[in-house]
Amino acid sequence: MGIESTEIPVLTTTLEKAVQWARRSSVWPVTFGLACCAIEMMAMSCSRYDIARFGAEVFRGSPRQSDLMIVAGRLSRKMAPALRRIYDQMPEPKWVISMGACASVGGVFDNYAIVQGVDQVVPVDVYVPGCPPRPESLIYGIVQLQRKIDQSKMA
Amino acid sequence: MPEIRTETMTVNMGPQHPSTHGVLRLVLELDGETVRSASPTIGFLHTGIEKTAEQKKWVQVIPLVERMDYLSAQSNSMAYCLSVEKLLGVELPQRVQDIRVLIAELQRINSHLVWLGTHGMEVGAVSVMLYCFRERELLLNINEMLAGFRLFPSYMRVGGLREDLPRGFHEAVRSFADRLTGKLVEYEDLLTKNEIYLKRTQHVGIISAADAVAFGLVGPIARAAGVDYDVRKAFPYLGYDTYDFAVQTQTRGDVYSRYLTRVGEMKESLKIVRQALDRIAPHGIYAVDDPRITPPPKDKVYTEMEALIQHFLIYSQGFSVPAGEAYVPVEGPRGEQGFTVISDGTNRPWRVKSRSPSLLACQALERMIVGNQIADVIAVIGSIDVVMGDVDR
Repeated sequence: MGIESTEIPVLTTTLEKAVQWARRSSVWPVTFGLACCAIEMMAMSCSRYDIARFGAEVFRGSPRQSDLMIVAGRLSRKMAPALRRIYDQMPEPKWVISMGACASVGGVFDNYAIVQGVDQVVPVDVYVPGCPPRPESLIYGIVQLQRKIDQSKMA
Repeated sequence: MPEIRTETMTVNMGPQHPSTHGVLRLVLELDGETVRSASPTIGFLHTGIEKTAEQKKWVQVIPLVERMDYLSAQSNSMAYCLSVEKLLGVELPQRVQDIRVLIAELQRINSHLVWLGTHGMEVGAVSVMLYCFRERELLLNINEMLAGFRLFPSYMRVGGLREDLPRGFHEAVRSFADRLTGKLVEYEDLLTKNEIYLKRTQHVGIISAADAVAFGLVGPIARAAGVDYDVRKAFPYLGYDTYDFAVQTQTRGDVYSRYLTRVGEMKESLKIVRQALDRIAPHGIYAVDDPRITPPPKDKVYTEMEALIQHFLIYSQGFSVPAGEAYVPVEGPRGEQGFTVISDGTNRPWRVKSRSPSLLACQALERMIVGNQIADVIAVIGSIDVVMGDVDR
């Protein structure tokens, strides 16, 4: 972006940059709390950590209004079809953060009930490790995602 | 004039819904705005924790049970440890009992703060959530002091605690207790006499005392209906009979009574916290002196052969628990909870069965919802404080 004239305030930029800037600055997550990690996700959106600083505080109840799905917690086999359906209902462009050890690789629950990583169900953009991750980790994950959006090509 | 065709409408709520506290699914049958029937569907968070526990050593089960009811993590691990200790026949030192009481009460406050915040948010009082989470962060700081972990410290161990209390623990807890005393007044100012809150919660989601007993409800839900049952008074454990506190009961059994019960419980918990703090010395014995189950102190491991062997045994093959079955109930934030632990005499549990209060609360959900308006469903689900991790396990 560059300022063209000092008298009339005009910014010139490419469409791609403007779009990336807009997308990155208001990533709206869908409220998709599954288990323990959801509590840390709530903590991230509340007073102390305040994700509003990064423009991602607008948690939407409906997947149709959101850009980001934070899979917070362990995903059971019974829940997996519902997760995929919610992902399919989100409009493009959309991103997925896999929050916590269980969502990423199954965590301590290496058993019959838990899907060993949500990447078997939906494509994941950022993995955040931890059991549960601290809110700082999740914020770091969101910042990484914003960096990724910045570098993405407009389709 | 043709006859108007009327039929009920079936609405599916959940498993992804911002107000179902996780992944509860409700199939509601609606007649206009009135709920005719509601059937909860559970199992969307079934984790197989009880089965996984059978493959772990006795101590390794502690982190698993903490992730069961993730809002009352340390009450879970305490209940589990108490059951295993009963099988082992271990007598806990007084200081360990007092510290456990203190931690359990802090956990209760923690859980009730999350409940108050989310319930307030769901009925429209968003600021309550921000306030509650602000105070809750101080409790998580205390957890971090104890064991370096915010949510699941795994500080409880079979036979005592993992390590001694950190420096500055007493001051941190005391300053938290002093702060929360004033803040509770602030929360009550926001809700207790708030006209909108009263309209949303009074005479909503009523359950009678007889029904509460019939459904096996425990904890704040039953006490709000007038059932005077608290495990801490009925079957005292860890010396709860020596603490001065009152069981909070209400009579009406609606959402508002549950709110009053829980806020009252937080105040009583603060009383217990203060009493326990006065009893606990800053440094002292933190685990039972039993070489079978308690690892030796690190300085001895480095200098004495016997201690090294003992350390190696405990951390490689664990300890064996005599064959038998034990159940020690504790009063968790959601009511009576406990673990039926069955041992076949080896170093791994044969069966770990959890008694979870949230499951029973889910069962009574239909009784509370039917006849109410659809908007009340949110208030009722919030008020029974179900944690799906506890329901499905």
